[in-house]
This record gives sequence, structure tokens and C-alpha cells, in this order.
Amino acid sequence: MNVTLKIWRQQNAQTKGKFKTYPLRDVSPEMSFLEMLDYLNMQLIEKGEEPVAFEHDCREGICGTCGLYINGRPHGPMRNTTTCELHMREFKHGEVIYIEPWRARAFPVLKDLIVDRSSFERIMHAAGFISTNTGSAPEANSTPVSKIIADKAFDAAVCIGCGACVAACKNSSAMLYAAAKVAQYAMIPQGKVEAKERVDKMVRQMDAEGFGFCSNTYGCEFDCPKGISADFIALMNREFFSSRVCGHKQK
Amino acid sequence: MALAGIFLMLFLISHLLTNLLMLAADGGKAFDRAVELLGHPAVKIVEYTLFAAFLIHILLGVILQLINYRARPVKYKKAPRTEISTFSRYMFHTGIIIFVFLVIHLINFFFVRMGWAPLPETAAHSHDFRPMAVALFQNPWYSGFYVISMLFLGFHLKHGFQSAFQSLGLNHTKYTPAIKIIGTLYAIFISVGFAIIPVYFLFFFSS
Repeated sequence: MNVTLKIWRQQNAQTKGKFKTYPLRDVSPEMSFLEMLDYLNMQLIEKGEEPVAFEHDCREGICGTCGLYINGRPHGPMRNTTTCELHMREFKHGEVIYIEPWRARAFPVLKDLIVDRSSFERIMHAAGFISTNTGSAPEANSTPVSKIIADKAFDAAVCIGCGACVAACKNSSAMLYAAAKVAQYAMIPQGKVEAKERVDKMVRQMDAEGFGFCSNTYGCEFDCPKGISADFIALMNREFFSSRVCGHKQK
Repeated sequence: MALAGIFLMLFLISHLLTNLLMLAADGGKAFDRAVELLGHPAVKIVEYTLFAAFLIHILLGVILQLINYRARPVKYKKAPRTEISTFSRYMFHTGIIIFVFLVIHLINFFFVRMGWAPLPETAAHSHDFRPMAVALFQNPWYSGFYVISMLFLGFHLKHGFQSAFQSLGLNHTKYTPAIKIIGTLYAIFISVGFAIIPVYFLFFFSS
């Protein structure tokens, strides 16, 4: 199959970028989307042109490194799918495919399709952890967790931090990401100890990074490759209220 | 945003029920009585709260929207295909339409009551709202504008109702589906309820 790619090319964070058109012939429908880009890059390298820069690592949908805005949707037209899991059979022969980087002030473009997502890391650094004693693993049954709660916490913990929620949101809000990270701890006993301080610090950091505010459009939920529910955003709002109203003053 | 919104939604119910009294077959006696009750000093406190709620809701809405625009300096070239409800996408825009309506509405009624605008010929006193409303509604342009504004108010409420609960963290697998249905019914009730009043005075009423 043949496709026409319109790809965002940008030398670095300082320069202005623009779209460049690449007609690509003889693409196999069995190729993954990233293999198709590898195929393009091979041709560009052979012609002496600079290959398209894009991020990827595991190529099996669990690392959260890949993330392209394909034809108006983060990770392309399939739901619950990362860019690396997307295949060319989902596109038509002769189709024009727009490939853009995530667009958000908190995700500045580094080069071509690569954005700097360290704002996500800083939200985690703020308080996205459980302080624990070192030593041997405690006896598993000493902290009982019900199966329902364990499953729910895991539904939040499946977040791979790819940033599709921010890319999908019309406000570039990181609420689903932060909510998943808050919720994975807030629901289990190990996380409850520091819950109030945690949500406060993480939300503050999120706001400081320049993400937009949530207006409950649920676009994040629609395009999350891991199918994380916007219910966790309500949970984070609840945790945040509880922290502001009942939390102790920080020294 | 959500708390002010909930207060405004409660206010809309009371405002609609009062307005519907205009349609009563008693020549507006029940409505005049309701207006008289609203002039009670105790209601004044609610009135000030109402102005505060409007101010907070409008100011926060504008500030949040400006921050949200700023959060994405470079727009996508390809129009987003992420499926979100149209009502949620255009909350700021429907909000602007409702704001324009609100300003005109206040000039027509509140300003007259306060004596800031001249008393229309149809009204005997500054709180004779029914004759003022009837005169305005018999103008097809005004009625049309009113009905269209109420339609956009309905769109705003359709998303706003359930969104307020989500923002306050009031979300539950058992109750959220019910909240969404109630929100839709509420939005229809408010927008249709307000819209039938000008329609009635325009087409079915002769003084």
C-alpha cells in the first residue's frame, strides 16, 4: 500500500517547525506504525536526508515511551492502543496521515516528534511514592487488602505515563495522569498514611508545570491507551478537598 | 466553579417556578405576590449571594479558559478527533452567550427595579415585571433571542450539571449514571420551561 505522510519537522526547541510531506510506497499492511516510520527513515538515510526523530522503546505497549498524534488523535485511530501497537492495516491505501508531536506548553518539542515529558517526572518526584523502611519484605498477610480494592488500585497503576491524556485534552490538562498516580496509592492501606500530603504536593507540582485545568470533557479517558477511567479524577478531587480541609499545616 | 454553579442551578429552579406563575390564568396575581415575597429583606441576603455566585462563576470561567488556552501555545494542524461531547467542548462559548443574555436581562428588569433605567410605559411600578415582560415578549425578535439563549443555557447545563459533581469528587459507580440522567432532565426542564413563556406571550396571548 502507498501512503502520504505529513510529518512535523522541527530542528530543536528554539527553532520553528513545519510540516513536510513524504510519499511512501510499498508499505506492508503488516508493518507496525513505528516500523513504517523506520522504513521511511531508512529511505531518508539512503538519500542522505536527516531521519525523522521519534521516541520508542519496548514496542509492546508497556513502557509509555512512544506517543504520536496521528490524524487528530493521540496514538492514532484505535482505542486502548499505543502507537507501537498500531498497525498499517488500520489505514487505507492512498491515505494522507498527519503525524504531530504532543502539543502542550508543559511538553516542549525537543526535535521533530519528540517532546520533553519531564514535567510528568517532576509530578512523581513531588510525592508520587510511599516512604517505607528498608529491610526484608514484610509478611504479606500483615496488611490485608481486599481483592476489589487491589484490582481498582491496579486499574490506576496501569498508567504508563505516555502523556496521551494531555495530548487528547482540549485544555492540555494532566488530570488523568496525576489522578492515576494519586489513586494507585490512595486506595491501598500502604498509601493512605501519606495520602493527604501526597495529593497536595502532586497537584501543586502539576499546576506549576503549566498544564491546563480539567473541564470534565473526558477526552483523556477516550484516548488513554490503557483505558484509565476519569472516575479517578473525581477520586483525586475528593482526596484534594479532604487534604485542603482536613490536612495538617505543613511546617 | 462547581459550587457557584450548583448555587446558580438551584437559583434557576426558583426563578423558573416564579416565572411560570406568569402563565397562571389569574391575570398575574400569583406572580405579583411571588415578586412581593422576593422583595422581603431576608431574600436580600440570597440576592447578594446570587450576585457573588454569578461573579465567581464568570470570573473563574474566564480565568480558567485563558490558562487553558495558554497551556497549548501551538495548536494541532489536524482537527482533533478525540470524541468528547459537543456540550463539554463549547462550555466557554455557551457561557459567553448566556453572559450576553444576562446583561440584557438585567438591563430590562433589574435596572428598571433599581431605577437605573427608565420605567417602560406598560408598567405602573418599577416591580411590575409581568407587563414589562409581556411587552418585551410580544416583540418577535426579543422572544427569538430569549428562546435561543435558553437553548444555549440548556446546552451549558447539560454538561455543567454532571461536571459539577465530578469536580467536587462526588462520583460513584452506582450513582453517577443517575446524576447524568437527572442532569439531562434538569437541563431540558430549565431551558424548555423558560422558553415556553415568551412563546406563549408571542403566539397565544392577547391583552
